[in-house]
Amino acid sequence: MMNASGVPALAYALQQLINGVTLGMIYGLIAVGYTMVYGIIGMINFAHGDIFMVGSFLSLIALLGLASLGITAIPLALALTLIFAAALAALYGWTVERVAYRPLRGSFRLAPLISAIGMSIVLQNFVQVGQGARVKPMNALLPGGIELMNDGNFAVQLSWMQIAIVATTLAVLAVFTWLVTKTPLGRSMRACEQDLKMAGLMGIDTDRTISLTFVIGAALAAVAGLLFLLYYGVIDFFIGFLAGVKAFTAAVLGGIGSLPGAVLGGLLIGLIEVGWSAFLPVEYKDVAAFSVLILVLIFRPNGIMGRAEVEKV
Amino acid sequence: MIAALRDAFLSALIALGLFAPMVGLVLDNGDQGLVLRTRPVAAAVMVGLVFVGRLVMRLWADRPGREARAIRASKFVPKATNRYVAPILLAAAVLLPLTGSRYYVDLGTLVLTYVMLGWGLNIVVGLAGLLDLGYVAFYAVGAYSYALLAEHFGLGFWICLPLAGIMAAFWGVLLGFPVLRLRGDYLAIVTLAFGEIIRVLLINWVSLTHGPNGITDIPRPTLFGLRFSMDDGDDTVAAFFGIEAQTIHRVIFLYYLILGLALLTNWVTLRLRRLPLGRAWEALREDEIACRSLGINVTNTKLTAFATGAMFAGFAGAFFATRQAFISPESFTFIESATVLAIVVLGGLGSQLGVALAALVMVGGLELLRDLLSTIGEQMGSAWFSGLAGDLPTYRMLIFGLALVAMMVLRPRGLVSVRTATAEMR
Repeated sequence: MMNASGVPALAYALQQLINGVTLGMIYGLIAVGYTMVYGIIGMINFAHGDIFMVGSFLSLIALLGLASLGITAIPLALALTLIFAAALAALYGWTVERVAYRPLRGSFRLAPLISAIGMSIVLQNFVQVGQGARVKPMNALLPGGIELMNDGNFAVQLSWMQIAIVATTLAVLAVFTWLVTKTPLGRSMRACEQDLKMAGLMGIDTDRTISLTFVIGAALAAVAGLLFLLYYGVIDFFIGFLAGVKAFTAAVLGGIGSLPGAVLGGLLIGLIEVGWSAFLPVEYKDVAAFSVLILVLIFRPNGIMGRAEVEKV
Repeated sequence: MIAALRDAFLSALIALGLFAPMVGLVLDNGDQGLVLRTRPVAAAVMVGLVFVGRLVMRLWADRPGREARAIRASKFVPKATNRYVAPILLAAAVLLPLTGSRYYVDLGTLVLTYVMLGWGLNIVVGLAGLLDLGYVAFYAVGAYSYALLAEHFGLGFWICLPLAGIMAAFWGVLLGFPVLRLRGDYLAIVTLAFGEIIRVLLINWVSLTHGPNGITDIPRPTLFGLRFSMDDGDDTVAAFFGIEAQTIHRVIFLYYLILGLALLTNWVTLRLRRLPLGRAWEALREDEIACRSLGINVTNTKLTAFATGAMFAGFAGAFFATRQAFISPESFTFIESATVLAIVVLGGLGSQLGVALAALVMVGGLELLRDLLSTIGEQMGSAWFSGLAGDLPTYRMLIFGLALVAMMVLRPRGLVSVRTATAEMR
């Protein structure tokens, strides 16, 4: 079986699978932030995609800064950048929650969402004004890779970058899983997710738990921002919008409120997007992601791993 | 005082963390790739502003007699002073072209376009409580409907105006039917996605829409068959009335056209609010479950609100196309949706007068401010003032965003919180 460009379909599909998984990991990391916040306070944190964008900018600034300080050993530079970007993006996440969402708890239904849209616009334009509207390119940090399969005219490449992205994501998610399942903070978060009011009555500091949820979500988004920067090598102030909508789609697809679901949804969205670009008109790849969102919401609004929502009066 | 100082200091510390890397360091696109430039003064100024701002806020909140004032504020009932505001605004709008200044009439047309969009979205967001983030999609459908019908079938503006509205309403129903069963915030995301789908389609469906190049030479509207044109044909307005042909005539005609359309939107909304349907919208906004248990068909009610709002966006879109004579997907980005939403929210979610005032301030006010600043800059020979004016469009969206957040936090019911339920239990 050959496709139009004369490339064996199997090798081509394998390559797309690798690319899709890599991209899906990035979406999954962002989606975790959406799903956590939605699970606890039931709002769509519209500014989350822009926190991801800020994380991406912080990473690029850190990488350039470290290079000018003379730290060029790539593993060390990447590790320092990761910590720097995650810490400062977490501060952004905390501030956004404190300034724009916390005063609105108990306000009317659409208030936090509108506030979040405002925050998203603020972050985008803050970065545009502060850093300029032009795209910021970066040289590839980890060129090269392994050739997995070569059948004459098409080589399946697994680049070091992709390995690094998948490895980082898995490591970060492992730490995150430990945090949620094994620590007192994780227990409070899960309690708040089940019933915010009841958790408060049981002596859990709900405000603090919500703040920390935003902090963790923002840190994960910043990691995704760094990986996005490494993978594509170019960022601008607007990347948060598309990535945000796609990651939200991932969260809904996986079942909003479910953490494994978010990662699974991210992988699926990554695969759908890459698969679409590989075999169908590439201009419409974003339409594909959006259509998936609409279809999922219509036919399976609880997602793959979500629980059915019971509305009580 | 000590507590306030400590609080301000902590805020400044956080601001330092936020602004030191993002404002203090700049990624500059140099010839050799990116270079990192430092900008310590700007970062320091912003941190200082946060410190002072927080200190003032704390001292203001802690000033003596606070509780008494809070109690008084809670008993405050807004007086009906706005009884005179609306007629005065209307009179000013009608009389504006008498100034004869093309600049003001153009600005007025722009503001009125946003007023109309705001009133249209007000039906969806303000009355029915459905958050629509893709409103610009229906605006685009209206604009492209007219442009394409005119291009392919040679239809005129007046025939296309209702068609554009019907097309937009049709798309509203098409989108609304499956998704309106969803919860409010899901609806927001789906409408956002829909807006983007429409835009991507417009860009990529080159054979139909000419892609990013847009559609040019869209015909101008006529006055009962009379054209606004500078040539000496018999069917021009100038020839019919025996006056000298001037471009300002068309500009003023367009102005009154959008004024009429906007007032139509307002009138229909006010009438609908008195119908059972309008009552159902408002009830739906307040409590969906209660509505359902009282036997209101929630999906149909939402759908009519959605379609009505979309129809007015379609009208506005057709007007936009005929006014510009050129449209491209560039004009229909998410930013437009956000702008209209900002106008509705600032106007107080449901208040007709509030929407008009918000559009006036946010679209007209900023434009005037920019011109004022650049004039002052030229008069004083101050490059700084002129530069500030040049930067205003860049800061406009930043101000929009901050205003949205501030509005929700400080006065969630809007600047003009005169919106009252049309029917009340006594």
